[in-house]
Amino acid sequence: MNPRLRVDPVACDGAGLCAELLPELVSLDDWGYPMVVDGEVPAHLVRPVRRAVSACPRLALVLRDAESALGTPREAGRRHPVER
Amino acid sequence: MTAVVETPADWYLLRGSGLVALVLFSLAVALGVVGVRRWRSVRWPRAVTAGLHRSMALLAVCFLGLHIVTAVLDRWVGLGWVDAVVPFRSKAMPLWVGLGTVAFDLAVAVVLTSLLRRHLGYRLWRTVHWGAWLVWPLALAHGLGSGTDTGSGWGLGVAVACLALVASAAVWRVAGDRGDRRRAAPAGHAPRVGPRTARAIIAAPTAPPVTNHTTDRRPAVGATSGRTS
Amino acid sequence: MTITDPRRRTATPAGKGRTPVPAPDRLPRLLAEPTGPGLVDHLDLWGPGGRLDLDEVGRAGLRGRGGAGFPTAHKLAAVRRSAGVRGRTPVVVANGTEGEPASAKDAALLEHRPHLVLDGVAAAAAALGADRAVLCVSDDDDRAARSALRAIGERRGLDRIAVELVRTPEGYVSGEESALVRWLDGGPALPTVTPPRPSDRGVSRRPTLVENVETLAHLALIARFGGGWWRGVGTADDPGTTLVTVSGGVERPGVYEVASGTDLGGLLRSVGAGPTAGVLVGGYFGTWLSPERIDGTGLGRAPLARLGGSPGCGVVAVLPAGSCPLAETARVAAWLAGQSAGQCGPCVHGLPALAGALGAMVDGDPDGRAEAQLHRWSAMVRGRGACRLPDGAVGLVQSALAAFGGHLELHRSGRRCAEADRPPVLPVPPRARRAA
Repeated sequence: MNPRLRVDPVACDGAGLCAELLPELVSLDDWGYPMVVDGEVPAHLVRPVRRAVSACPRLALVLRDAESALGTPREAGRRHPVER
Repeated sequence: MTAVVETPADWYLLRGSGLVALVLFSLAVALGVVGVRRWRSVRWPRAVTAGLHRSMALLAVCFLGLHIVTAVLDRWVGLGWVDAVVPFRSKAMPLWVGLGTVAFDLAVAVVLTSLLRRHLGYRLWRTVHWGAWLVWPLALAHGLGSGTDTGSGWGLGVAVACLALVASAAVWRVAGDRGDRRRAAPAGHAPRVGPRTARAIIAAPTAPPVTNHTTDRRPAVGATSGRTS
Repeated sequence: MTITDPRRRTATPAGKGRTPVPAPDRLPRLLAEPTGPGLVDHLDLWGPGGRLDLDEVGRAGLRGRGGAGFPTAHKLAAVRRSAGVRGRTPVVVANGTEGEPASAKDAALLEHRPHLVLDGVAAAAAALGADRAVLCVSDDDDRAARSALRAIGERRGLDRIAVELVRTPEGYVSGEESALVRWLDGGPALPTVTPPRPSDRGVSRRPTLVENVETLAHLALIARFGGGWWRGVGTADDPGTTLVTVSGGVERPGVYEVASGTDLGGLLRSVGAGPTAGVLVGGYFGTWLSPERIDGTGLGRAPLARLGGSPGCGVVAVLPAGSCPLAETARVAAWLAGQSAGQCGPCVHGLPALAGALGAMVDGDPDGRAEAQLHRWSAMVRGRGACRLPDGAVGLVQSALAAFGGHLELHRSGRRCAEADRPPVLPVPPRARRAA
């Protein structure tokens, strides 16, 4: 299984190098903070991903194995489908 | 150890590599400040600044290495290998050479911690990295004190240019700290305080007389007061 | 164990002279009133504390009452497993901080039923083999702290480990699990990124059980009477009783104990609710219900999940008719933004932006951009913080838009309704913004 890419939101400072180096997987929100595509890293992007991870000034970009991926609050708090 | 360096070419190599190392370190410091201040333009992304900063610093270390090797091998200078890492013990100009040695030791620490950043953690790396601001003035002082080109116009000119570059970078850095509102509290609307919820606990709390609306087989909840007897 | 110790008077061996098991469907349970305030009266009412069996907790189906609703048996098992695997002794933390402004149930429990809470702490600590137990109470709740301290003093020598009382800084996020762990370890009361979860690596890097005081009170009863008894009321998928704090446009606000699944309409009628503009259920991270939804919606996981919400921490805040739910939501959203720990960019920047967009919509959206911005920023902020504050704020705002579509039309036409200027109903206390 390929590893997953995650941002540590507390460490992240909004420097934005990750989005410059890895536009395929990282885009910036309206305030300059990275939004990372969920899911496994495609095999052909693993090298650029490692470059981006080492370029992050705050070491906030993290590559985790699938089993120990950072559990985002969204996963924990996923809502049920809504009937309105 | 018999000196190997005899020719003027090697003498120029010694001085030249030192000067180039100083210029490169100055550029590295300036680029570091550009990065920390988050400057970028459409054609110059921050990743380029970061990459150049690293490259300049590593290149500077290479020239510094060359500078030290030629210094030790030069018979006329009279330095041993130990003087490259232990300061203020050299026979020739112990103070000025010593300053250079301290600068080298610190530079090695900065570069090593940077290369091993992923394993050492952010805090340690950052703390040691501040030492870079000490490396540069020590290197400049060493160059001015022990360098033999200080008297000549172009030697002094290069030193002054480097000083100007790093000094303005330092000013820009300090200005950034003061202006950094990244983590400041947003103004927000501070609304008027509403009444705190009544903290009454009902003496005989009851469950209201309703039925569960699910198909669960459990009986409906009755409304009873809570006293046990 | 002296015979004359009045606290042990009722601690007879199991089966001999024990307090009979109360009928499972008799309410109230947690709020059942002993004849006096002391430990002896508590033991007269409930009998001696029981031994907590993790299987019984699983059978009971108890879920955390602090807002997240995590199955308690799973959490206990996780702590026990981690303690076994890592060879570290666990810690039990009772969370009585109650940072939710519209909730008063934890304070009520600590002021009036502290021994139930402390029974639960003792039972959990014994079941996990913990050697440290801490009760956390907010700095702004002196009454609860005094009552808890008095109760702890009464129990000296009774429990295996004495509970420590620790005051925590005010703040919405200070009571978050990881924030409490950080505070107890000498850091700021701000959430951290999980993993590692407190159940694996918490206080002093030991497996830590962090449970709401109401959950612990329920554990105290499960320890005495078993899981089957505990689920003898309520619904199948959401059993037992729960404490709710009813406030706002009702004649008899306060803390009530209801069976899970109780119809919200019935509850409101029994506390004298008048005509309402909407009800906020769960907390400031919860869900709005429009007036039409109140009857027929139970206070349980499944019925509220169908509306995109959950029982949360039992807040039932009733907006009287003549309030503007959107203005109230905008006010609360702005307050939540101010409660940000300040650690994560999307929260620090996104929540004020979101609150501002909603505020602009309440004002009639003069620029015409507010609604689009609100939806854009909702998607941008959700799930991108270290804790669930941004998720809660987004959920609150989105549920307001969904529940009050009709009223929203009024604002969309460019006007600010008169009701928006009425005095606020939902409390937004001037708490210290940062809990460090």
